[in-house]
Amino acid sequence: MSLLSVRDLTVKFAMRDQTVTALNGISFDLAKGERLGIVGESGAGKSITGFSLMNLLSRPGYIDSGQIEFEGEDVVKMSDKRLRNLRGNRMAMIFQDPMVTLNPVLTIGQQMVETLLAHRKLSREEARQIAIVKLREVYIPSPEERLEQYPHELSGGMRQRIIIAIALLLDPQLIIADEPTTALDVTIQADIMELMLELCQSNQVGLILITHDLGVVSQMTERTLVMYAGRIIEAGRTREIINDPQHPYTQGLINALPQQTVPGQRLKQIPGNMPGLASIPQGCAFNPRCKYATDLCRSRVPDIVQYGEVAVACHEVQRLHSDEDLKEIRA
Amino acid sequence: MSTEMLSPKSDPSRWAKAWNSNMGYSFRRNPVAVVSMIIFLLIAGAAFLAPVIAPYDPYDPAQMDIMNSEYPPAWVSGSLPEFVLGTDDQGRDLWSTILYGTRLSLLIGICAVALQAFLGISIGLLAGYVGGRLDSLLMRLADIQLSFSTLMVAIIFLAVTQAMFGSDTFNRYAVVFLIAVIGVAEWPQYARTVRATVLAEKKKEYVDSARVLGFGPMRIMVRHILPNSLSPIFVISTVQVANAIISEASLSFLGLGMPPSQPSLGSLISSGFDYIFSGSWWITAIPGVVLVVLVLVINLLGDWMRDVLNPKLYKG
Amino acid sequence: MFAYLAKRVIQAIAVMFVISLIAFAIQGNLGDRLRELVGQSVSEEVRQQLRDELGLNDSFVTQYLRFAGNALQGDLGTSYFFKEPALDVILKKLPATLELVFGATLIIIGFSVPLGVYTAIKPDSIISRIIMGLSIIGISIPVFLTAILMIFVFSVEYGWFPSYGRGDTVQVWGYWQTNFATADGWMHIILPSFALASIMLPLFVRLIRAEMMEVLQSEYVKYAKAKGINPWRIYFVHALKNTLLPVITVGGVQIGTMVAYTILTETVFQWPGMGFMFLEAVNRVDTPLIVAYLIVVGFIFVVTNTIVDLIYGLVNPTVNIARMGA
Repeated sequence: MSLLSVRDLTVKFAMRDQTVTALNGISFDLAKGERLGIVGESGAGKSITGFSLMNLLSRPGYIDSGQIEFEGEDVVKMSDKRLRNLRGNRMAMIFQDPMVTLNPVLTIGQQMVETLLAHRKLSREEARQIAIVKLREVYIPSPEERLEQYPHELSGGMRQRIIIAIALLLDPQLIIADEPTTALDVTIQADIMELMLELCQSNQVGLILITHDLGVVSQMTERTLVMYAGRIIEAGRTREIINDPQHPYTQGLINALPQQTVPGQRLKQIPGNMPGLASIPQGCAFNPRCKYATDLCRSRVPDIVQYGEVAVACHEVQRLHSDEDLKEIRA
Repeated sequence: MSTEMLSPKSDPSRWAKAWNSNMGYSFRRNPVAVVSMIIFLLIAGAAFLAPVIAPYDPYDPAQMDIMNSEYPPAWVSGSLPEFVLGTDDQGRDLWSTILYGTRLSLLIGICAVALQAFLGISIGLLAGYVGGRLDSLLMRLADIQLSFSTLMVAIIFLAVTQAMFGSDTFNRYAVVFLIAVIGVAEWPQYARTVRATVLAEKKKEYVDSARVLGFGPMRIMVRHILPNSLSPIFVISTVQVANAIISEASLSFLGLGMPPSQPSLGSLISSGFDYIFSGSWWITAIPGVVLVVLVLVINLLGDWMRDVLNPKLYKG
Repeated sequence: MFAYLAKRVIQAIAVMFVISLIAFAIQGNLGDRLRELVGQSVSEEVRQQLRDELGLNDSFVTQYLRFAGNALQGDLGTSYFFKEPALDVILKKLPATLELVFGATLIIIGFSVPLGVYTAIKPDSIISRIIMGLSIIGISIPVFLTAILMIFVFSVEYGWFPSYGRGDTVQVWGYWQTNFATADGWMHIILPSFALASIMLPLFVRLIRAEMMEVLQSEYVKYAKAKGINPWRIYFVHALKNTLLPVITVGGVQIGTMVAYTILTETVFQWPGMGFMFLEAVNRVDTPLIVAYLIVVGFIFVVTNTIVDLIYGLVNPTVNIARMGA
């Protein structure tokens, strides 16, 4: 049985004058201990997916319909009390920017101990000991001293390690990491990713890694979802998606990677920008930027269907495969 | 569109357009703002037209008769038909006196805020643009100035001035003194906000390009940076006018502002206070209501404006 | 820590110096000390001799140093009206004012925190809307008008509370007579305290609400929710502490305004505090008393502001006190 099973998840935002759809019928599964990457440009709905999984959307966003089954229980229908029991305990989250994630007026120790006490009947001292053990696991030197410090006394990399330690405090089944390294120095990014991979593997923790970095996804995850304008447009094993992308958008993303470019040549960017949520074009949302777009693409939203090793939402995927242009691009 | 792009002033003009449409739209949809605006315009209009509307001239001793003092308003028994809102302790028509008093209160409030804005914006632009030691000195001064409340500074300044020059001279120039003291004491509000905008804008490219094009600092500040501080300045000004009117009323109530011979709303309330125990409540109550309604609608407009423009105001 | 303290103290001394200069200038130019001493029927010769004896012909600097030296020893001159040392006159009136400020502060803190937090947590509830509506009316009514209204309603119409004075007070220590020891004292201080709090309370409710709403949108509050922390702990531990930091700063600034409002409140209620005394001194052109009031009030401002800054530094862990002194 899968750990997490999301079915037809639709999230809307009630703005002043209109309601916009931020997530449109998202479905995917995650097995126990599996690591899944969600990629896409900013605004594609990656982070909203992450927050929805914990039912943590704040106004004006709300889950309109769909199910999020986690360990056999629907997160969407959970009472506030059940939700509190879920959050931080069975499902933990790592936020994007460690500089603003920790509360500036509480010590590291207070913020770790309160998390343990919220979910377990422990004495303060027992909780402190667990916190120290977890800080050691994320290679934080002299953890006893860190507990007494305030966030501003620590570096960004150190803070993100602490946030990872907090995520692991209660041995959750699933960790959702929302762009965990984008706010950090490039030199530290790899360390943090390596640490997360190591800890997820050794503790058999499921991971949903939200990122725009396909390189990171290929190192960290077993399966990948590609999102565009609130929909999943391609899903499958990470290796297949990286090596043999089917959707023109995914192809564009991979072609835009610096590794794919001969030095001295311009990066091959996808022309145009992703549409805003309020102005998603008719039909396939990608059609204005897609050079294969047909009238069908401009009028009907493609369903996501299995095509070879991956699932893809594109009307033209078959034609694409026999297309000469494409072979040229991939060469 | 294309001509707008080409014109060098495209930035502020486009800004103004967006501002107008947004403001207009949210204004029409907000009944509180609309009602407040109508009431404000009514009060301001009536005050402005006081010499035309008012049946009596409260400044003319010939039109006052002490025998007419303390007549109640028309709806209370014992009133005289010619005094709709009754008369005050000196036998003046209360309706006329309130009209003139409101005019004075508004005039002092608006002029004082204009002075505050002028001083604060100039100092803020200077501090933000020049930076360095001058900036830290001016901002430290602003801190200190703010820690002394305006009202306290005004009370002491006016009390000493009054004691020094005597009541007669003081009364003659009371309007000027009030505008000056309320105007000077509150500059830090503007200075801090404008300085923050300048610091934010200074980093932006268009300021650099204007400098490269050889525009002088004055021109850059007034033409390029200032328009970006307009929305916080608007919001501050609205609230400040309300505060200035309250300050003026408080000072006049203490006898440190407008004299009873030339009363503002505050001095009217003050002169009526002595009669409140003898039952002549209207001399205090009616100008009091006018004062509160005036300040309230200005505050409501300020609240609405802050919600719409949502500027980054300097806190603390 | 020491450097930070030293910096604050130096700034406080600089401000006091400026205040003393202003006070000195007022003393020299307001009223005529000779006439107060000997009256008008004295020959010009005797006058000059007296001027010399009093040091009124000395240089400005000498006179200022004498003034400052005396002030440091607690000698702020003798009140013309009371014929007593001006400082003593003020110190006798000080407890009445401080008790009034104390009462108003209790009211402000006691009501503004719960109301501000509640309206921030439930911004759309009807109660919140009513509170916010009342608060904007509250900040639109001048303190003296609230005071008058209270007297009119609760004293004149219903007769529930007395309308003026301190009532029965009990001697505590030195000049300190307290209102809080007798029922009559309590009855007398309730209306003035509420009047004094009346404009500050809605101001603080609005401030706390605005700050709290901003904090509730922050990443660290979202993160606390994601950790499954109890909402009450999020509101009162995670959010409130961050909310109160800017509120403390504004509170420090408002102390000055509060002292100014005591003058208004004391005038309306004829409360025998130093604000009421100051206005009487102005009417009598009692220069030493005016000057002494200025110095005492300036001193109170400077001391409270310095204390508030220090408290802020201690409460806020991100203010590195040691570094700020550098």
